[in-house]
Amino acid sequence: MARPVRFNIHPILADPKRQIQLTNMPDGHTGEGFFATRLSDVVGLARKNSIWPLPFATSCCGIEFMATMGSHYDFARFGAERLGFSPRQCDLLMVMGTIAKKMGPVVKQVYLQMAEPRWVIAVGACAASGGIFDSYSVLQGIDQVVPVDVYVPGCPPRPEAILDGFMRIQDLVGHESLRRRHGEQYKALQESYGIS
Amino acid sequence: MNTEHHIKLPEGSIERTTTTLNLGPTHPATHGVFQNILELDGERIVSAEQTVGYIHRAFEKIAERRPYYQITPLTDRLNYCSSPINNTGWHLTCEKLLGVKTPKRVDYLRIIIMELARISDHLICNSVVGVDSGAYTGFLYVMQYRELIYEIYEEICGSRLTTNMGRIGGFERNFTQAAFQKLDKFLAEYPKVLREFEQLFNRNRIFMERTIGAGPISAERALNYGFTGPNLRAAGVDYDVRAHSPYSSYEDFEFDIPVGKTGDCYDRFLVRNQEMWQSIRLIEQAYEKVKEFKGAESEVFHADIPEYYLPEKEDVYTKMEALIWHFKIIMGEIDIPPGEIWNSVEGANGELGFYLISDGGRTPYRLHFRRPCFIYYQAYSELTHGAMLSDAVIVMSSLNLIAGEMDA
Amino acid sequence: MSLTNDFIKQRLIEKFGDSIAGVEEPYGMLTFEAPKELNLKVMQFLYEDPELRFRFLTDLTAVHYPGQPGREIAVVYHLHNLVENIRIRFKVYADVLKPDIFTATQLYSAANWMERETYDFFGVNFVGHPNLKRILNVDEMDYFPLRKEYPLEDQTRIDKDDAMFGR
Repeated sequence: MARPVRFNIHPILADPKRQIQLTNMPDGHTGEGFFATRLSDVVGLARKNSIWPLPFATSCCGIEFMATMGSHYDFARFGAERLGFSPRQCDLLMVMGTIAKKMGPVVKQVYLQMAEPRWVIAVGACAASGGIFDSYSVLQGIDQVVPVDVYVPGCPPRPEAILDGFMRIQDLVGHESLRRRHGEQYKALQESYGIS
Repeated sequence: MNTEHHIKLPEGSIERTTTTLNLGPTHPATHGVFQNILELDGERIVSAEQTVGYIHRAFEKIAERRPYYQITPLTDRLNYCSSPINNTGWHLTCEKLLGVKTPKRVDYLRIIIMELARISDHLICNSVVGVDSGAYTGFLYVMQYRELIYEIYEEICGSRLTTNMGRIGGFERNFTQAAFQKLDKFLAEYPKVLREFEQLFNRNRIFMERTIGAGPISAERALNYGFTGPNLRAAGVDYDVRAHSPYSSYEDFEFDIPVGKTGDCYDRFLVRNQEMWQSIRLIEQAYEKVKEFKGAESEVFHADIPEYYLPEKEDVYTKMEALIWHFKIIMGEIDIPPGEIWNSVEGANGELGFYLISDGGRTPYRLHFRRPCFIYYQAYSELTHGAMLSDAVIVMSSLNLIAGEMDA
Repeated sequence: MSLTNDFIKQRLIEKFGDSIAGVEEPYGMLTFEAPKELNLKVMQFLYEDPELRFRFLTDLTAVHYPGQPGREIAVVYHLHNLVENIRIRFKVYADVLKPDIFTATQLYSAANWMERETYDFFGVNFVGHPNLKRILNVDEMDYFPLRKEYPLEDQTRIDKDDAMFGR
């Protein structure tokens, strides 16, 4: 017996007055005519709302990314409208899709060309861990070649999941210290990948 | 790697040797990862050498390890823009091997999802040809309607892109009321959108000047190169597997096969647009026929093959035979006849073939996918010989190259 | 008059006599085998004959049968006559220690990459091929992965536990 439709049958009309949200102000000390906060908070706020991603789309997850860029799921409202294809101009390397062993050096090369501060998001099961392809030719996760900040599981992940991963990157970017690249832990991480 | 790259140019040319330009593997215009090393004389392409395999996932070797019903998710990831066609192609191959005949309603429902997948793939290809020639609007506009197609897939099988849709013998569940309502909505809204898309591009002077004459191929060369699908039809040969060797009851329906003349990018674009109109026609006809099934017949969604089709869970917990069949299917104790079989379907970019050799065991002995993009990408150097650099990009995107299928 | 499998079989046996063996028709497709030295001659005959006209190479691949010594690698060609809509399958067998087969690239340009893929996966040496090197795997690979003796997974992994992943 076919079930009657229960969900998503009453359309919600858009109400512009309710939809617009302002970003929260960082904590700080305010007085008449001034507002003092930490420099890293302000820089973080500016950076996280204007990330320029590099979509390194290799396979099916790339198509879901194209759907995320479309008007239904709208990636642009997070400030990441301007996709760059040159690693020298981008902040976030979004690796979407299976990376084969032939492609591994290419990912490493692209990561090396990016300027600090840089982050990496591994979108999809194949980029995170090799996915369903446990074979001789697939790199079992891009963290074998580059340090990864956020992993988004799914095969392919829904656009909402990609957006969630992106928002976690935004959290990382917003709370980053200005001296990150000089820290011991960061340097040790880069050493472990052979990046000096 | 071919180390001799610089080609000496003849006397009287401006330069002495050619410039090498590396296009890819990561490049905004290559939708997928494949590399082209172009030798340029100024802006003219003298030669193009392709390197593929950057996303080789060893499908054929993986398939030797998996039982037949577990290969369907693998076929999804071949041409991932139109996964239902790949899934159905695989199921038809298995059904041919096992000698299973599916009921008419299943065939008509399969036609509906295959034609939706074809529309989905052609929308990506055509709008991306637009993006590569600078027209981003078409892409964003039609993406909205691909979301409608994704919603229909979600109602049927739960997933948007890599659908794993259907089973050997039919579907895993009947299409719900919601799926048919969404299909109605799609059929009501989409033709208008396709007409607007055509109005944006078909007689647009800039687009025509960009694409007419870019990458032409004659019918004889196309056949020799093993072209199939819209690329071959744009060159003038009306070969369509749906008409030549009809499968899944395509012979019950009426549709035309659009054919081009010169095989250049403009013809390929127009052929894909026309195929989308034909797909809409097929979906409407199939939908009418599905609506004619009433009563008990409208509940049929799979063939009656307890040996290969998993029984309903209620039956597994209450009836003995269903429990035994469930156990046998999952543990792989079913007798699969040994034999070798070739089956092909009309995928969105060409004839997708499956060559299956079974030795009677749980998994195939050898499974080979005849992938259309792999075969026609060889012709790229011939298509771009003597063309300008900008044509190289347009030809690549109009050929509808999907890296996942090319490297398998 | 339309082409039937029997007619094709008859013409092949007339022309090549005893060389044609293993004729069968699984699922309606005529399948036959010939010695590997004759593969080009057979395909040329099928291409040029005005009644047979198999002018489209649909697929070229190989299969490894480790249990048949002397005939381990089978190269399989699927040809298609588009006008009459008939398909045939043509196989040649080669020894795994010396898998030399003449290339079909002169006849069908489509065979170029298909033969490279077959070389990459099985090690079949196509004599006369313009550019026989690996196409899908990395260039430095020194074995032919789709042969039955090689495993699917990457053997250098240390993090996947065999007991849990059932290898």
